[in-house]
Amino acid sequence: MNLFDMIGPVMIGPSSSHTAGAVRLGYAAGKILGEPPVRAVIRLSGSFAQTYRGHGTDKALLAGILGFAPDDVRIRDSLSLAEQKGLRYEFHCEDLPGAHPNTARITLTGSAGKEVTVQGASVGGGNILVSEINGMAVHVTGQSNTLVVLHRDKPGTIAAVTNFVAYSSVNIGNFRLSRPQKGGEAVMTIEVDGDVPEALVENLKILPNIIQIVLIRAV
Amino acid sequence: MLTYQSVSELCQLAEQEGRTLSQVILSDQAEQLEQSEQALYDQMAARLQVMRESVQTGMDPQLRSASGLSGGDAAKMLRYAAGGGMTGAFVNGAIARALATSECNAAMGKIVAAPTAGSCGILPGTILSVLEAGQCSERQAVMALFTAGGIGMTIGSRATLAGAEGGCQAECGSAAAMAAAALAELRGGTPAQSAHACAMALKNQLGLVCDPVAGLVEVPCIKRNAAGVMIAFSSAEMALAGIESKIPVDECIEAMYRVGTALPSTLRETAQGGLAATPTGTRLKKELFGGRTHWRPAP
Repeated sequence: MNLFDMIGPVMIGPSSSHTAGAVRLGYAAGKILGEPPVRAVIRLSGSFAQTYRGHGTDKALLAGILGFAPDDVRIRDSLSLAEQKGLRYEFHCEDLPGAHPNTARITLTGSAGKEVTVQGASVGGGNILVSEINGMAVHVTGQSNTLVVLHRDKPGTIAAVTNFVAYSSVNIGNFRLSRPQKGGEAVMTIEVDGDVPEALVENLKILPNIIQIVLIRAV
Repeated sequence: MLTYQSVSELCQLAEQEGRTLSQVILSDQAEQLEQSEQALYDQMAARLQVMRESVQTGMDPQLRSASGLSGGDAAKMLRYAAGGGMTGAFVNGAIARALATSECNAAMGKIVAAPTAGSCGILPGTILSVLEAGQCSERQAVMALFTAGGIGMTIGSRATLAGAEGGCQAECGSAAAMAAAALAELRGGTPAQSAHACAMALKNQLGLVCDPVAGLVEVPCIKRNAAGVMIAFSSAEMALAGIESKIPVDECIEAMYRVGTALPSTLRETAQGGLAATPTGTRLKKELFGGRTHWRPAP
């Protein structure tokens, strides 16, 4: 949280949590998919489920998935823009037990057939928290540039990744590891200060035991 | 993240260093964000400009929200303000600016959330009114937004700014508290006076529920922005007169959070209680959304 989250964001109305935050959640999900989306199944829980239509939460989530920023005037037309761009979508309302009141669970299918499920909440004032990617716990706020590294749980993998980050003179502000099963797939969520050079992401991809790397830039 | 954890710590810092709250907040953020003070000032000045544009958009007599529930009231208020009304052109102009910004928001126009979109009319209604009445300089108005932002961050970290968590007191209540502190500083008040203004504004909205009709940020949100402006002015005026809040500001913030968590979920942005659940509120919802199901089939 910084000052420009208080006097800001500059956004398209009507709701910072249900419109601007929803754009950012959709944007994060689209980035995590990493290819053009062709299908979106969006489950809304709590206050999102109760009031999404009035707040344009559906338009906002789709706009974010399409890569729009929260102050993009095209948000109000995103349902028809999605259809034009070949993105099929459906919304469902269901209770996700224990979830924050403004939670969305977004399953995206990409043009090359990749599928991701991202769960996150709009936690107030347009701020978000992505809490789950493909069933693994993460902690992405979108405040800082964040590297999400899906990898195999093998010795030395974390050290290799953080060494490469260090060689690029990038400072880590927050590091989180989620590993549902020993020796299985695991996720590092690495929030960094300042910018992330594209070369760093490319270099990390060639490390052993790395399955996928996503850079989610601050929005 | 912040070097201060409470409003009282922030005031202590300012008073020790002989600086205003806005100067302390600006320096702290420049350090935290690794940017120059000038760069942050320029960003804030740009936001003041967006606020001006939202007011202008919202004053259009033809403006309507997608639902048709709101729009055009700011224009009515502006016309009325020209005649002075009971409380004069200044007060009525401030109400008009608050309504205009909130109506711009409801019509999916561009606004500055401050701290949220539902409460976006309160800072423009107060700060821009003082600026346009020639009572402060552009620079002072921009700096006042730093004061408001610093107070907002403290409330956000110690309580909540989300209606879904704390009700309207967390949104319009926080916005009015931020504005009250900023107004006190704008008019030459001490950091302690800003803190008292902030406390009084929060106290006057404690328990305010979030009960939007049909779940839209329109009824009663838009008019609550006008009320928030009045509470901000009255709180700042009392503080500048030397009146103190008996309950310290940080305790008011904690009380706001406790009250918020004690509210049933029907009164926290779910559109199931309060005005939303009145016969008219229910009828409006039915007229707007009818019997449509809650999902959209893939085309």
